[in-house]
Amino acid sequence: MSSKASKFDLVISGVGGQGAILASDIIGRSAVIENYGVRAAETHGMAQRGGSVVNHVRIGCDLGSIIPLKGADCLLALEPVEALRYIDSLADDGVVIMNTEAVYPVTVTTGKAQYPDVESIVAELKKTHRVIAFNATEKAAEAGSRQAMNVVLVGAVSNFLPIKTETLLERVKEMVPPKTIDTNVKAFEMGRSMVE
Amino acid sequence: MSTREYMLGNVAIARGIVEGGGRVISGYPGTPSSEIVDTLSKMKERDFYVEWSVNEKVAMEVAAGAAMTGVRSVVTMKHVGLNVAADPLMTLSYMGVKGGMVIIVADDPGCHSSQNEQDTRIYSEFSLMPCLDPSTPQEAKDMLPYAFELSEKFELPVIFRPTTRISHGKADIELGEITEHRVQAKFEKDTSRWVMVPSNAVVRHPHLLSIQDGIREELETSPWNELTINEDSKIGVIAAGIASVYAKEAIENLGVSASYLKIGAYPVPEGLIKKMYEQVDTVLVIEELEPIVEDRCKIIAKDMESNVKIIGKTDGTVPRVGELNVDHCVKAIADVFDIESGLPEIKEIEMELPPRPPAMCAGCSHRSTYYAMKKVFGKNAVFPSDIGCYTLGIQNGTVDTTLCMGGSIPVASGIYHSGEKQPICCSIGDSTFFHTGMNGLLNAVYNKANITVAILDNRITAMTGHQPNPGMGLTSTGEATKEIDLEQLCRGLGADFVEVVDSFDVKATIEAFKRAKDYEGTSVIISKQPCIIYARRTGVRLIPFKVDHDKCVGCRMCVNLGCPAIEFDKETKKSTINAMCTGCGLCAEVCKFDAIKEIQK
Repeated sequence: MSSKASKFDLVISGVGGQGAILASDIIGRSAVIENYGVRAAETHGMAQRGGSVVNHVRIGCDLGSIIPLKGADCLLALEPVEALRYIDSLADDGVVIMNTEAVYPVTVTTGKAQYPDVESIVAELKKTHRVIAFNATEKAAEAGSRQAMNVVLVGAVSNFLPIKTETLLERVKEMVPPKTIDTNVKAFEMGRSMVE
Repeated sequence: MSTREYMLGNVAIARGIVEGGGRVISGYPGTPSSEIVDTLSKMKERDFYVEWSVNEKVAMEVAAGAAMTGVRSVVTMKHVGLNVAADPLMTLSYMGVKGGMVIIVADDPGCHSSQNEQDTRIYSEFSLMPCLDPSTPQEAKDMLPYAFELSEKFELPVIFRPTTRISHGKADIELGEITEHRVQAKFEKDTSRWVMVPSNAVVRHPHLLSIQDGIREELETSPWNELTINEDSKIGVIAAGIASVYAKEAIENLGVSASYLKIGAYPVPEGLIKKMYEQVDTVLVIEELEPIVEDRCKIIAKDMESNVKIIGKTDGTVPRVGELNVDHCVKAIADVFDIESGLPEIKEIEMELPPRPPAMCAGCSHRSTYYAMKKVFGKNAVFPSDIGCYTLGIQNGTVDTTLCMGGSIPVASGIYHSGEKQPICCSIGDSTFFHTGMNGLLNAVYNKANITVAILDNRITAMTGHQPNPGMGLTSTGEATKEIDLEQLCRGLGADFVEVVDSFDVKATIEAFKRAKDYEGTSVIISKQPCIIYARRTGVRLIPFKVDHDKCVGCRMCVNLGCPAIEFDKETKKSTINAMCTGCGLCAEVCKFDAIKEIQK
């Protein structure tokens, strides 16, 4: 059950360096433009060096930034294992939107741990939740740059947010490096079309 | 058009400093406090002075000096930094200030990026300085102008204590007016105020005590405390700082009625607490970390001979460690009301997930230095280390101890003087060496410690977000300044063996470490190579590498370096280098089969 204290609770998870903060900034700033109160929590500091990162974004909220357990309306995961790692934050009727492109942690590349099969991660998530899974990194590459993966996913989640698509797109244009605007607009639109 | 802006808590705090007319701002970087000085340093138009100081003690003294002249000053640091600055803090409270001074200390409950989770509010009780404890980024910004005025009214610095969720939270912020507070700095000689010899200190101590009641009364009616009496309930909830918004959400979610006191300033509002006691028979106190409000509530109850029952950390209802959240508050409040919490059941994930700890970046120069260090000293050597990105060397077996900033060299000395037979090589970063490593080196040389000190000079303060330091020749605002030569500095501290190497020249680094190990006495290796993140940001591009799969035998030598750019294919039993490669060349250096080469255009 999502919290009464907020209109829409979003959890964004990923790997330090993937652009989770830009994704939450695009959404948070758009929400403020549309006159919502916003509370967000971000991972800075040590974990940004390739560690697991998680951001909370609460739209229409004037209390604390931390979403209660099983309180999120949506879990937006930039990486498959990082979707499963934070599944406890998602409400039973919440939706998972996830990138299927894996980023191996050092524990896997050095052979200390196993990376599970991505299909089995998706299957595991589907047991309990609605899941929208696709390779956002490939979509971003199609749009012009693998770096735009975070914006592809913002496009996908835009179908669920209580924010106008134009408002989000305007923020994308404002906030990405000027040379990459076309790529990112395309990335956003490709992501948006991934949800039926 | 709304005047609200979506801002990081620390950016909002920086804005609050500007709105409040801060004139001199100093600090030492430390998560989660760093973006305050970063933000002020990057402002294009500035009518204030801002600096990264070399450590927190120095930063506090700079801000204290400024406040003596009547201007408003701020010092910023993380919680453990206040331990370094505790010496000036404890006497500054006797001495007091003339211009408003705010001491910003960001706490890190849950140790997201810290070596402990100490509670700065205890320093407020200890130093008898008031403390403000914001519950939202908006309140954090709004508290700054208030803090300057409070400080000037009582001629005493004010501690301001955001936590990680304030500093690294984001929210819509309503901006305020910028104060027209323009005081001409003037140092007025007054030895009874500014010279804390015993004869003056014994006068100032009772003075400090005498103003406490006035401070308490002033804060009691401040906007930071808020009491709501609910006449239908015999239960009260008192929540402090960020816990107050969690508690509020929990009360709403549970739908219970309770009297509610939000505390945002210390000393605690005794009058409001007493008023609550008149209505309720049970009080639940919710606060992060230490039971400071809780203990105070117990003392007040005892003094007024009240039978009100006080519940909190002491009885285990509220956790004393880590961060709090809405769920903790729901559970505690449901316990006190004796109702079902309704908290969801959490099922264990059946699949095993690989851990994802932070790691040194692909192309990080520390990896090369550590490789050379370990190769020469062997895995049985003792490797004391320090605080910075290089602490991530814990994965490489080259970090055996980490105590506090600058602790590496003295810890290494102590291990040596204890009679430990293994060779000892400690590591410390450039910024940490400037911070408090220098004293350790001086002490090691003076007391003849037979150890090797590796200064991992990546030319910047990297972990906290790439702040300049004295080795860079740049100030916080990017102005050119004297570049401090680490080699000369070490020689000046008495070290006779000092060698500077290029971290990426692995062979030369190994040879230098060999000479350092053989040297009888304190030897210093300065391993120099800019932080790869910063280097790439400034346009540096090295040629990336690839594995020749015909030559690769799958020995995993390169994989064991723990570089995020090197992967191992279990099926083909070969290494591959991914797109993250930045071209440091360490893997090519360690490959015995000549299988790793620069990509030819």
